[in-house]
Amino acid sequence: MVRVRIWGSLARLAEGQTEVEIEARNFKEVLDGLGAKYPGLKAHIARGVSLSIDGVIYREAWFTPVRPESEVVLMPYMTGG
Amino acid sequence: MSTIHVSTTINGAPTDFVCEHDETLLDVLRNRIGLTGSKEGCSSGDCGACSVTVNGRLVCSCLVLGAEAQDAEVHTIEGMADGPTLHPLQKAFIEHAALQCGFCTPGILVAAEALLKEKPEPTDEEVRYWLAGNLCRCTGYDKIVRAVQAAAAEMRGV
Amino acid sequence: MTTDTKRNFKVVGTRPNRPDGVDKVTGRAMYGADATAPGMLWGKVLRSPHPHAEIVSIDTSEAMKLPGVQAVVTGADFGDPESLFVSDVQEHCMAKDRVYYDGHAVAAVAATSASTAAKALKLIKIVYKPLPHVTDVDAAFAHGAPVIMHHRAFEILPPGTSANATNFCEFGHGDLHEGFAKADLIVERSFRTAATHQGYIEPNACLASYSSDGRADLWCCTQGHYHVRDLCAQIMGMEAAQLRVTASEIGGGFGGKTSIYVEPVALMLSKKSGRPVKMVMSREEVFRATGPTISSSMDVKIGMTKDGRMTAGQAVIRASGGAWPSGTMEMGAQAAFACYDMPAVKTIGWNVLTNRPKESAYRAPGAPTAIFGVESVIDEMSQKLGLDPLEVRILNAADAGTLSSYGPTFNQIGLKATLEAAKNHPHYKAPLGPNQARGLSCGFWFNFGGNTSVSLAVNTDGTVNITEGNPDIGGSRASIGMMAAEELGIPFADVRTIIGDTASIGHNDTTDGSRVTFAVGLATIRAARDAIQKMCHRAAQIWDIDPDAVEWEDGAAKPSGPNAGQFPPMTIKEIAANAFRTGGPIAGHHEVNADGAGVSFGVHIADVEVDPETAHTLIKRYTVFQDAGKAVHPSYVEGQMQGGAVQGIGWALNEEYIYGADGRLQNAGFLDYRIPVASDLPMIDAVILEIPNPGHPYGVRGVGETGIVPPLAAVANAVTRAVGTRMTDLPISPPKIMAAKAAAGK
Repeated sequence: MVRVRIWGSLARLAEGQTEVEIEARNFKEVLDGLGAKYPGLKAHIARGVSLSIDGVIYREAWFTPVRPESEVVLMPYMTGG
Repeated sequence: MSTIHVSTTINGAPTDFVCEHDETLLDVLRNRIGLTGSKEGCSSGDCGACSVTVNGRLVCSCLVLGAEAQDAEVHTIEGMADGPTLHPLQKAFIEHAALQCGFCTPGILVAAEALLKEKPEPTDEEVRYWLAGNLCRCTGYDKIVRAVQAAAAEMRGV
Repeated sequence: MTTDTKRNFKVVGTRPNRPDGVDKVTGRAMYGADATAPGMLWGKVLRSPHPHAEIVSIDTSEAMKLPGVQAVVTGADFGDPESLFVSDVQEHCMAKDRVYYDGHAVAAVAATSASTAAKALKLIKIVYKPLPHVTDVDAAFAHGAPVIMHHRAFEILPPGTSANATNFCEFGHGDLHEGFAKADLIVERSFRTAATHQGYIEPNACLASYSSDGRADLWCCTQGHYHVRDLCAQIMGMEAAQLRVTASEIGGGFGGKTSIYVEPVALMLSKKSGRPVKMVMSREEVFRATGPTISSSMDVKIGMTKDGRMTAGQAVIRASGGAWPSGTMEMGAQAAFACYDMPAVKTIGWNVLTNRPKESAYRAPGAPTAIFGVESVIDEMSQKLGLDPLEVRILNAADAGTLSSYGPTFNQIGLKATLEAAKNHPHYKAPLGPNQARGLSCGFWFNFGGNTSVSLAVNTDGTVNITEGNPDIGGSRASIGMMAAEELGIPFADVRTIIGDTASIGHNDTTDGSRVTFAVGLATIRAARDAIQKMCHRAAQIWDIDPDAVEWEDGAAKPSGPNAGQFPPMTIKEIAANAFRTGGPIAGHHEVNADGAGVSFGVHIADVEVDPETAHTLIKRYTVFQDAGKAVHPSYVEGQMQGGAVQGIGWALNEEYIYGADGRLQNAGFLDYRIPVASDLPMIDAVILEIPNPGHPYGVRGVGETGIVPPLAAVANAVTRAVGTRMTDLPISPPKIMAAKAAAGK
């Protein structure tokens, strides 16, 4: 299990929680797991999200591994100028 | 629409063209003569990207009519280098990283050349006020001022 | 990834001349409007004079009859893209049944001359039914405001919010009540920031050529030709392979050339006329229909102990990205307090629709305005508590191990070192004259990497060609070539870097997010390593030894040790000369979706002088400190820092979109929308801190965006201290200073 922090405004779609536990070994499984556990999050995830794993922000990268002790933070999809 | 026949000199070469009455010198240079080095940034004389000299006078070519070039000497960025030898200003702009995107560069070089003809040893403030009509959005002007001063020094033989 | 911090760089860190320099100082470089094609037509767009209206009818028959007119297009010529994102982009390029802002495209003409096209526009008859409009962010957010679009709110919006609100976000951690309870001083302030334009000097331009066999070519000035290709192909109903997009030289972008405007219109005109069509936007069109940033209004509340430690912070940002949904406020809400170690923090962002053009990214989108509010309140609290504002920032600065305000825990970051550099710089202690004051601000940006393809070919004479796919805005050809030369161990002059079109190399994300020197550099280094491995293999074959026993040093293969064999080094030139005999041409390539760009911090110090009579603000001295990672070409790194700072100074002092009560843009030109000119400014001192980024083999970090973040507050804080009253409404134009002084009785 990995603990995933989600940002505050998504909590409403995740039973009011900002930290949830997901069975996942990589970026993709985190997103899939979040969507399966909290279907209300699916639309937002589908629009694009980033994931910070141990302080490094990944914008896509499905197979980036996550470990049970990893700090995993869901973030909006980054864009730049 | 009837057009006007104009005989002029561009970068030292006798040149003839026809243009519409209301056609700007910038449009003539770019679209009829093929000299696209002068740029259109605003077509209202606010950005200086189209700077050329007409009879030695620095102008925005978007504010001059093509017809006004009759019997005139027009000088554009394409005539600045001496064949393969770059003008000291051109060399200095490259060496001092005074351009980023390069779009305002032709106009600024033409304007700076006109400045140094008039004032071979300008102060930084004089450079800044002279170039105040040439907008650059990339550099913050710092390296442009330094490049103009470096070229001025070289041209004075310092 | 390991970063080679001990590496003794030979090319990286030097300042060679850029390879595109001569073309750009002689007028030879080809920008968006500089291309022509045989039989080319000129396209022009008719734009709405209404900020919000229904299009009742469009009659183009008279325009079509004008001699020289070859095609007319309207929204009816375009289909309905499947993707909502593409559909929004398309609708912004050409209205369908409604116009949403002053300047919205409603029809376009292609004719044999630009003047004929302009005349034809006047013959198009459009009947509009004007609708109520709203252009102000706070007015649009209020209940009862004219509704711009229905059913565009995300599902995360709390029920009962404004009908124009589309997006909502909240970030933060800790207990705010507890945090504010611990504070000795709490300050709460509201701020407003005007929309600004990226202000690139080159207007958007393109040349489209659509053939009757369904293939098309598009030449345009863009930050991302692959993105242009994908958007236009979807809008035109084409397969990606059939549309080749070539990026011209680009005359500035700053985020403003990351989308499309006239490109699909030119393609449609070309398709209908059967001829190439060139379109060049006027400056007025650029202002009315491209670019601008969000406009925003926000409330910031901070609690601080009397010795300057922040105990809690809160920011509520209301932003508008124009008439279509925008997520920029999410990045602002994340960035607002990112510089600080906050025991308790909460940031909230709202996006609301207004009758303005669709926002485009601008250098660190969302961050400058959000950080302006936070840095202004920190300055005010420092003043009230009698503390040095720089010391307050050092005391609260985020560091390795800090839980960031947007979620993740920071790894190694360079903010403290940047603040210390500012503190120790002579500028911070320099004396000030009458009517002068000093302001400072921190800044933050995320940076990212992204999808990148690089191909590196070794020529038979041992020189190297690199093909990459990111338009060069500020000298990236030089930086990329330098990294290749460094890795290969050859002179920079032996490398030529070109930017391929969409048909010549794999996908590349847009030149944005401060990504190119980082991500394309990383891919180039790996492409060079790929080629090196192949060259070592060729040398091993020639020497008849094990390829694993060959290593690469100083541009040559050599046996890795005495046991490997006794051979003199074989240079790249020797290996390349024998390439055909040893297996064929030699090339390396690398494709990656690069992550690990690493966040970036900056600190700016601004000295201003405010004329007591005219309230004109003059920047007297300005210094930028930024953690740039390893600076590949220091002159171009300085250039990014200086250019970003001056754009931020413009945002702080001069630049704003001004809409009238009629909903029309009142200052669509460089005379009335005033970007900084040379005589407005002093030299901009740039201090580069090279704190290596562990995510890049040479420690490179993106530098393009952070520089625009601090100036808004640095200048506002300086002006505030000079005039003695807090300036909270950007831009700080003279009338606003006069009004603020009058209100404060000064």
